[in-house]
Amino acid sequence: MYGHATMTTSITPPTPAPARRPADWRDLLALTKPRVMSLVIFTGLCGLIAAPERIHPVLAFTAILCIAIGAGGAAALNQWWEADIDAGMKRTAKRPLPQGRLDRTTARDFALVLCSGSVFLMGFAVGWLPAAILVVSIIYYSVIYTIWLKPRTPQNIVIGGGAGAFPPLIGWVAATGHITLMPVVLFAIIFMWTPPHFWALALFVKSDYAKVGIPMMPVVAGEKATRRLILIYSVLLLPLSVVPWAIGGTGALYGVSALVLSSLFLALSVRVGLRTRGEADTMRPEKQLFAYSVIYLFALFAALVMDRFIVI
Amino acid sequence: MGEDSNDTGVNGTGQDEARSIAQIRKGRNRVLGLALAAFVVLVFFISIAKMS
Repeated sequence: MYGHATMTTSITPPTPAPARRPADWRDLLALTKPRVMSLVIFTGLCGLIAAPERIHPVLAFTAILCIAIGAGGAAALNQWWEADIDAGMKRTAKRPLPQGRLDRTTARDFALVLCSGSVFLMGFAVGWLPAAILVVSIIYYSVIYTIWLKPRTPQNIVIGGGAGAFPPLIGWVAATGHITLMPVVLFAIIFMWTPPHFWALALFVKSDYAKVGIPMMPVVAGEKATRRLILIYSVLLLPLSVVPWAIGGTGALYGVSALVLSSLFLALSVRVGLRTRGEADTMRPEKQLFAYSVIYLFALFAALVMDRFIVI
Repeated sequence: MGEDSNDTGVNGTGQDEARSIAQIRKGRNRVLGLALAAFVVLVFFISIAKMS
């Protein structure tokens, strides 16, 4: 019934201990992956602010709240489905479900309440088009990525990365009520950013993914191929990040910022892409690329918002 | 004597567990109550915003 009955991997992760105590609200909150949610809220807010039209502040707040709750619900569904896998990985073994602090039914019900609540609130308060995109993003992350792609293909991150690209699109559509080229470009930027971001992480937690049978790129294709792919995506990200400026959607402030930020991203990727792991390697360049990739996205979208208010 | 102290230990652990569970429930109910109150306030403001 749950997650891995359908998995085709040969390694069976350990089954987490069943929960005996009632769920603590902190554990329910942890299910929503608050740290990931902060990036989702930020990019969603940037999409909403960067849009050329304005909506009532209460409705804008509601739109961001719905994006956050929807993302939290999708993250909770992800943890519900992957509890077995999480139990077998050092990075995720301390989550509430693998630790047995929550039972799976509670986690699933909590996730479904968050997902459905966010969609209906978005629909009634803001509009049914952003609500529909929110539904697509939740299904994209929890079904297409988590259930279908992640355990089956090393390209999981490439296609699944689209899930994280929805927030600015939803924010923009919440403000304007329609889809135009600009929010689609913002979607594409995050889509292109996701593979090098995740593969940099996967390079230094490779053994964890291999242990639980997740076919991440470094596990399946090897380190050399992953490093080459990181480089390819980073090269593509550079011109793509400047497209909003090129099509006249933003001013020079964003354009120059995107150029500088993406060039640095590319420089760090070149360092990762062209090296080979030595003995007792601390994977410093990979860790630096991963850390910078998070700062990069925050800074790029902050530049997008500042560009809306500061005209050079 | 040994048995008595053992019983006291088990009862103590049981009471601690019951107290801990009650605390978890109390905390969860408080958060749920606050969330519901916030939702009601939000719906009120949404209604005002939609009318304006």
